Amino acid sequence: MPAPNLEPAEQALIERLRAGDKAACAQCVDEHADGLYRIALRMMRNEAEAEDVVQEALLSAFRAIQSFDGRSSLKTWLYRIAYNAALMRLRRNEPVTVPVGEPDDDAETPPVELRDWCCLPEEEFESAAARAELERAIGELSPRLREVFALRELEELSTEETARTLGVTEAVVKVRLHRARLWLRERLAGYFSEFVQARN
Amino acid sequence: MAHDCKHLLGELSAYIDGDAAPQICAEIERHLANCADCRVVVDTLRKTVELYRVQPAVRLTGEARNRLFAALRLDDFRPRGE
Repeated sequence: MPAPNLEPAEQALIERLRAGDKAACAQCVDEHADGLYRIALRMMRNEAEAEDVVQEALLSAFRAIQSFDGRSSLKTWLYRIAYNAALMRLRRNEPVTVPVGEPDDDAETPPVELRDWCCLPEEEFESAAARAELERAIGELSPRLREVFALRELEELSTEETARTLGVTEAVVKVRLHRARLWLRERLAGYFSEFVQARN
Repeated sequence: MAHDCKHLLGELSAYIDGDAAPQICAEIERHLANCADCRVVVDTLRKTVELYRVQPAVRLTGEARNRLFAALRLDDFRPRGE
């Protein structure tokens, strides 16, 4: 089944995957495993579980390749499978706390911290401590904001691809991304403002 | 935050990404010219985006990659240079 939206090289890879070509499977793993792992790690917050999710997602993908219709890229399709695999696992681990179909309650964070910290020297931003703080802050985003943030900002999927992966509308992706950014800004402002204060 | 600031807050991501409609951009820029607090929010929001975009991407370790290829029984088919 030809898919007009796909690049010829990707179309050829998919045809080989459909034919059960092991080298094509290995190529697919080689190209997409890191991205799938990042998504899984953002969701699971545990390296071993994230590895399991990647393995499970790739196995499911190879089994279901005949049903891939080419309306999205292979990457978006794989991300959606990994996202669903991670979600299933989270539901198994914490069946009560995973929100399913709830209204979007991750409210916009009105800016409270209004000190300007952009003026700090670059080395303050590049320090290991600053990087660790940013990583912690991303980890503290609510699951709904974090998944949009990870796909849209870290994996650089388009708004449309992110929406397709998560099964939400593009408007929801935009709102959640904005809320995630505002929240991170507030969190980093709390951290960097102390350095500004120390300099004054 | 004043009412005007809150009204524009939801548009700031689109604004810093260059995706806001021209009339919204003009409205934001008029507001920024007179609101020091919002200028700080826009500048620090932009800086926040810049900071996480330059973070090095996490990758599977070599061992994890080996485990993955082995679990999928694709060891013998790995692309050259692996």
